[in-house]
Amino acid sequence: MPDELAIHARGVTRVYKAKPDPVTALGGVDLDVEPGEYFGLLGPNGAGKTTLIKILTTLLLPTSGTAKVAGFDVVHETAKIRRVINMVAGGEQSGYGLLTVREQLWMFSQFYGLPTREGWRRVDELIEITGLTEQRQQKVRTLSTGQRQKLNFARGLLNDPWVLFLDEPTLGLDVAAARDLREHTLSWKAAAPGRTLLLTTHYMVEAEQLCDRIAIVDRGKILALGTPEELRRRVQAESIFRLELDRLPQNGGIAGIAALPGVVSAVRADEEMADGAASDRVALKVALADDSALTSVVTAVAERGSHLVGLAKSEPSLEDVFVELVGRGFGDEDGDQEPAA
Amino acid sequence: MSGYHGAPATNASEAADWSTGRVIQTNLRAVLGRAYPRVIGLTREPSWLFFEIFLPFLAVSAFVFVYRALEAPEEFIGFVVLGGAMTSFWLNVVWMMAAQFYWEKDQGNLELYFTAPMHLMSVLAGMAIGGLVMTSSRALAVIGIGSVLYGVTYDIQQPFLLAGVFLLTMIPLYGMGMLFASLFLLWGREAFHLAQLLQEPIYFLGGVNFPLRAIGPIAGVVMATLPLGVGLDAMRQLAFAGSGVEGVLPVGPEILILIAMGVVFLVSARLALGYLEFLARREGRLTLRWQ
Ligand SMILES: Nc1ncnc2c1ncn2[C@@H]1O[C@H](COP(=O)(O)OP(=O)(O)OP(=O)(O)O)[C@@H](O)[C@H]1O
Ligand SMILES: [Mg+2]
Repeated sequence: MPDELAIHARGVTRVYKAKPDPVTALGGVDLDVEPGEYFGLLGPNGAGKTTLIKILTTLLLPTSGTAKVAGFDVVHETAKIRRVINMVAGGEQSGYGLLTVREQLWMFSQFYGLPTREGWRRVDELIEITGLTEQRQQKVRTLSTGQRQKLNFARGLLNDPWVLFLDEPTLGLDVAAARDLREHTLSWKAAAPGRTLLLTTHYMVEAEQLCDRIAIVDRGKILALGTPEELRRRVQAESIFRLELDRLPQNGGIAGIAALPGVVSAVRADEEMADGAASDRVALKVALADDSALTSVVTAVAERGSHLVGLAKSEPSLEDVFVELVGRGFGDEDGDQEPAA
Repeated sequence: MSGYHGAPATNASEAADWSTGRVIQTNLRAVLGRAYPRVIGLTREPSWLFFEIFLPFLAVSAFVFVYRALEAPEEFIGFVVLGGAMTSFWLNVVWMMAAQFYWEKDQGNLELYFTAPMHLMSVLAGMAIGGLVMTSSRALAVIGIGSVLYGVTYDIQQPFLLAGVFLLTMIPLYGMGMLFASLFLLWGREAFHLAQLLQEPIYFLGGVNFPLRAIGPIAGVVMATLPLGVGLDAMRQLAFAGSGVEGVLPVGPEILILIAMGVVFLVSARLALGYLEFLARREGRLTLRWQ
């Protein structure tokens, strides 16, 4: 028998009853993920990522469409699916605070039916792998956010799942803890071949580092799907410039610049500012249909009362793809433009 | 699940193919797993001691003094001590069974329980068994202290029957807790307030502090609804056999009632759980009412 797809979704929609109007969280998702593949869902808040994970983990029924995990239907074959999956969410507070790390993992190992000796062996192994050895006898409620998330991650691997769902697993973690967790995920991939990962994240680095393929989702739809390389190539035709300005442009601001002819998108990119920059300074990332549009951008900036203090051409990143498709950067709330593509 | 049972699976479809034995084993393990934190809590949460020994003991003492002042027959003292001990189980059921899914939901445990390969009934059973073990130690403490302090003399002619009736009482009592766990989640605060409201009347109707016969016709209603009342009535007949106590019914029929109640509560708990899961999956929420 050929191996079934790890995840298979066709026309999956989900509408929540809500006041005043029903919310369409998923508007027809088609998705195929091969066994052994690490797949990422990238999308802004409210895009429907968690909703899709809940449907695939049998916690939620699709309003229409079909979905299968490991070849089993999410509506009717829940028992089979539950034998081969696990899920971990960012900020998860599962278990009981009065248990120690080791006890809590053991308790969960019993929910997955691990025989006693095998269970303890697995618990100790995972404690070591995730670097919780020093905390193994510590009460769960005294763990720091990062330690807590390592524990959750260890829990997710207890049953050696064939399909693992990680919903923003590094939410709230510092740089080092997030990197640790990504490394654990990658070493699990090497150690347990044939296992599939479905990851949601807001971090481009994470998606790029962990995932073989990525889908960019917004408002319940998949806007683009491919390997990180393929997605980047979509914007290769454009030129991307990074502008550093002494202050935020006035009248119309960034939106005004984005609306200029020849400009594909314009968003703030302050997080890449050099240290010690004066606090008023802002950075913009501007994607242009071709280089000649740069003149009008520079003029427009000056007209809006800002001075150019730095200019560089940059290589397209996954974030540029995201911005182009979703029409806004992460954290931008003014996302009412239509996607460019 | 690489080969915990037999040959390692080479793909997910194979790994999902479980024998009936493995399904049963997993559910039994889940029961143990969920009972575990309860039993551990016995040694880690001393504040529970206050609620489960001291409070019932205070209530017992109050009634003892009243009966002494009224020069009530001496068996009444024993009735009250036994009733007080059994109160611990009722408190355990209300606060740590019925209200439990509330906490489990907030912590995100409920979702993990649903996605794990065991039935949620096993989680409820684990909660019940863990609670039962933990509370038994409290109940024994109340009986021990009360009996010594107030000089209760027992006349137990059929100790095994008494133990059996105790266990038979626990099945519908905790079955009721398992049912309430789902209902509380479905109906939210309203059910919670209802339970708080019911706590006192149940002490009264359950005949915790006096023989059930004393409340006359209402006793029949109790017989039909409250496992604690029926169980206590039977246990008193067995614990004070020589004193000529009369129950509402003889022990035999009361045992049959307990068995029937056990079946009804367990089946209802199972149905309520199924409805809870259905609602959660269809509506994307676990409650009927907004909270
Ligand atoms: N139980 C619910 N009832 C009503 N609406 C809901 C419910 N759950 C989610 N939604 C709505 O569905 C949409 C998708 O939510 P979802 O949680 O799937 O997004 P997400 O992509 O995971 O977002 P985030 O990145 O913020 O986690 C949102 O508009 C959200 O408000
Ligand atoms: Mg989410």
